[in-house]
Amino acid sequence: MSSVLEVTDLTTVFHTRRGLVRAVQGVSFTVNRGETLAIVGESGCGKTITALSLMRLLPMPPAEIVAGSVKVAGTDLLQVDDATMRRMRGSEIAMIFQEPMTALNPLITVGRQIAEMVMLHENLGRSAARAKAVEMLRHVKIPEPERRAREYPHQMSGGMRQRAMIAMALACRPKVLVADEPTTALDVTIQAQILDLIGDLQRELGTAVVLITHDLGVVAEVAQRVVVMYAGRKVEEAPVAALFADPKHPYMRGLLASIPRVGTARGMASMDERLQEIPGIVPPLNELPAGCAFAPRCKLADAHCRAEAPPFEMKAADHAAACWKS
Amino acid sequence: MLSYVIRRLGLMVLTLFGVSIAIFLLLRIVPGNIADILFDSAGLIDPAEKAKIVHDLGLDKPLVVQYAQWIGGLLHGDLGYSYVSEKPVAQEILPRIPITARLAGLALFFAIVTGVPLGVISAVKQNTWLDYVLRVTSLSGLSLPSFWLGLLILMAFVHYLGSIPIYDRTPDSFGALVTMLGVPAAAVGFRSSALIMRLTRSSMLEVLRQDYVRTARSKGLPERAITFDHALRNAVLPVITVIGVETAFLFGGLIVTETVFNIPGVARFLVEAIRWRDYPMVQNLVMFIAVVVVTVNLLVDLAYMLVDPRIRYGE
Repeated sequence: MSSVLEVTDLTTVFHTRRGLVRAVQGVSFTVNRGETLAIVGESGCGKTITALSLMRLLPMPPAEIVAGSVKVAGTDLLQVDDATMRRMRGSEIAMIFQEPMTALNPLITVGRQIAEMVMLHENLGRSAARAKAVEMLRHVKIPEPERRAREYPHQMSGGMRQRAMIAMALACRPKVLVADEPTTALDVTIQAQILDLIGDLQRELGTAVVLITHDLGVVAEVAQRVVVMYAGRKVEEAPVAALFADPKHPYMRGLLASIPRVGTARGMASMDERLQEIPGIVPPLNELPAGCAFAPRCKLADAHCRAEAPPFEMKAADHAAACWKS
Repeated sequence: MLSYVIRRLGLMVLTLFGVSIAIFLLLRIVPGNIADILFDSAGLIDPAEKAKIVHDLGLDKPLVVQYAQWIGGLLHGDLGYSYVSEKPVAQEILPRIPITARLAGLALFFAIVTGVPLGVISAVKQNTWLDYVLRVTSLSGLSLPSFWLGLLILMAFVHYLGSIPIYDRTPDSFGALVTMLGVPAAAVGFRSSALIMRLTRSSMLEVLRQDYVRTARSKGLPERAITFDHALRNAVLPVITVIGVETAFLFGGLIVTETVFNIPGVARFLVEAIRWRDYPMVQNLVMFIAVVVVTVNLLVDLAYMLVDPRIRYGE
């Protein structure tokens, strides 16, 4: 298997009035052709900043990618000039966003929004691009694609808009698809359809998918590998089965324990069983503790944890974590 | 769409009806009528002669009757006679309308073609020296009264060039027309231009933060296409609304500018007519201005529907 996306030591900071905020610190991962890698973590852990860093879509300043490389099929996106990056966006690496309601331009027809991108990357004429847009809409199973292509985003439902977003993102067959919480804003029945759709197209096109999510249910369903992030750092990485069976980092254990469980011994969740939670909140990124960032919330933490950050190391075959206690 | 236009046209009629009552009453509230003014300035004191004039002009009739006579005439296209020149009002106003219309159109054109692009530049180059220069300029534009600016331009022209193109009823070329009206139009339009620019800037800044702009960027579109096709299209909506409002304000600026640059348009003529309490002239001129403003606002709303499909289909 060949890796299509190779992220090494990615470090993104924000220059703010209250000092430097390290939003992403030394994050590395690789994704193979046709593989889905999930990046999970709480809000504010750096997932979305990682995704936007891959696309170089962060406003700079205040953001700055200070170190690392993002290689798509061998080309380091962080080294190429702006014009080259622009050609790569959409054609080599594409993105779908969390909010289908606001991610499409309200004044431009959906068909045109897809077609303008095809015209740009594939040198097609207007009518050929239009035809391709309709074909893509059909591909993402939007009924009556000819009519829908002439419609504006507000005439579509949330699920249909997200389908249109997927059609747009995959129209030029990118090698990498970054999906930032693609189903969070949708209701549950639509969520499953959208995930199935991404999966189908991924198998068909061999796209490598980076799925950003906080929904562990989604992770279990669609991802092959998982990266767990906490306070801008990668704290654990493993194949999905190993991670769920034997989480090595106390943060991941806490996350798994905090999933409400339906179907205990009595056939349903018992009312007296309190939902598990991880105490405390994510520390502000400009005031990270000296040692392990998770130490203040960790039951296992001792003086060593608070003094020195643990290295990210192999804990088992193909299963790495950053923790002194595992 | 059609039902909307019909409904709007109905509203227009209602608005104009209200305006006509307001003009009529306000004019009568202002102290003095043409007879008073004639007699005060000329020093004539024969009350019988004054009463005869008042009677001849119908100013001694009840207000309701006077109003009904005016509106009745207006509906039949009869605007009455000027008290001062004693010529038909239509004959006095009509030749002056194209002069003012050209000046106002040019001013609005100037305001849009400078205000919108400079506002876009200001937003795209936010917090650079260019943005600061443009913001200071636009703030000055809003703060400078147009009569002062007009005089300043007039003096600058005469001082540096020795002369200024003077109004000529029959300019020999389109170029001559533009240079003749260009300077006064810029003086009037500067305020609107400044307003449009500030609004475009703030509107653009807001739109550029929207998710769909990020989506456009994620598709690999060049910045130019993002700015003009994706962002400006959205940012221009509030600007269109303001253009409608500005046409009303434009008339205020025109009155002074026509005076300063000695242009025989309707705006200057209106002030003159008010001074003489020339009721038929004032009433019909203000009615005309009201019709223009209301029509422009209808056109603005229709333009809004053309640009924004959410409004078009929301019907």
